[in-house]
Amino acid sequence: MCALCGVLGGAGDWTDAAARPGVFTRNVGSLERRRERVNRVACAQRVLGFYGLTLSDWQASSFMLSTLTGKTEIVDNLTHLWAAAEKLTGRPCDPLDPTLIERLEAGGG
Amino acid sequence: MAEFTPVNLITGFLGSGKTTLLQRLLADPALGDTAVLINEFGEVGLDHHLLGRIDETMVLLASGCLCCTIRGELASAIKDLQSKRERGLVPSFRRLMVESSGLADPFPILSTVQADPVLRHHFRLGSVVTTVDAMNGIGRPESVKQVAVADRLVLTKTDLVDDSTPLVAELRRINPDAPLWTAAEQPGAADLFDDIARSPLRAIPAAPDQPHGSVQAFAVAFEGALDWTMFGVWLTMLLNRHGARVLRVKGILNVAGSATPVAVHGVQHLVHPPVHMAAWPDTDRRSHLVFIVDGLDRTAIERSLRAFLAKGPMRAPAVA
Repeated sequence: MCALCGVLGGAGDWTDAAARPGVFTRNVGSLERRRERVNRVACAQRVLGFYGLTLSDWQASSFMLSTLTGKTEIVDNLTHLWAAAEKLTGRPCDPLDPTLIERLEAGGG
Repeated sequence: MAEFTPVNLITGFLGSGKTTLLQRLLADPALGDTAVLINEFGEVGLDHHLLGRIDETMVLLASGCLCCTIRGELASAIKDLQSKRERGLVPSFRRLMVESSGLADPFPILSTVQADPVLRHHFRLGSVVTTVDAMNGIGRPESVKQVAVADRLVLTKTDLVDDSTPLVAELRRINPDAPLWTAAEQPGAADLFDDIARSPLRAIPAAPDQPHGSVQAFAVAFEGALDWTMFGVWLTMLLNRHGARVLRVKGILNVAGSATPVAVHGVQHLVHPPVHMAAWPDTDRRSHLVFIVDGLDRTAIERSLRAFLAKGPMRAPAVA
């Protein structure tokens, strides 16, 4: 637990598992781990931008999710991300939303 | 570290033959070291009496319907067993079987095992076996859900009906993937409880696209390797919003950066830890996903997943 903010950490999420460097490990391979976290932020950001949200890595242990006005939540993993995003924006974050899909399709070329 | 003890769930609607199945399985030497948790539903604990094997490793839950009170009680019952096992007060068991009440939604039971902060370090989810009564079929919403989440299906009382083919077709519309036995075939412990991770996806029969009511099963295939992280972004987002309606998602993924496939397996909001398979099952290198959804649009799911997995940056949001 982080003594500063009381965040409980360490509960493995299913998205953490994959056979490539940086995803399995928590205590070794810090460079790969940081790289993977940056990748994870970039992937989530592709979608979060649609909701005016910004995700950033926080101390390589959690993520910070912020609105354009600066409201911020700390999230542990991708599973917790969406509940926090809905709470911050006050609207559902639905991957089946046609407007979101169109935006992704346009961006994804 | 000690092996995780698999927890198998036997579910099925009231009177569908769960206890009879359990009774037979427990006589199987392969399951000699199994602890069983039985839920007593109703006044007399009939299921319990019928089972007729009572020893100190068996705990009888007397709380009535499983689905309303099980979270706390199932967890404490399993913890109690675990504690007794560690202290040597009960014979060491290598498998835990939970028989659910016929009215129970299987999801909270699975969720208890995977989410409880103590249990998840000692137990892992094994297969879900669902019994279906060939006479009464699957009329109730509870039984449709029980069929959808099943890893194995057992059709009982087939001797009482002339033809169970229509029911089998109906079961296949809800769950195209789970191996199916009739109780008369006497499937053994190895058939029903082998590691689900080792058989992540069987050949999906020519997709039965017709929905069963609002429940629909369909398969999606993807060419090329996909980005695991982006897949995680998509699936976590889908389950956060629609988890209750995604009865099942299961598949083999060709993940970029991994030579062998990754098997994913989820039931509603719960996703099992992904498994790295040792090898591809055949020459097909596409990713395959099977969804069993209740009231969700198949086209939207497929289109959404493809849009998420497509490469390229997201455009800046429109300023309101």
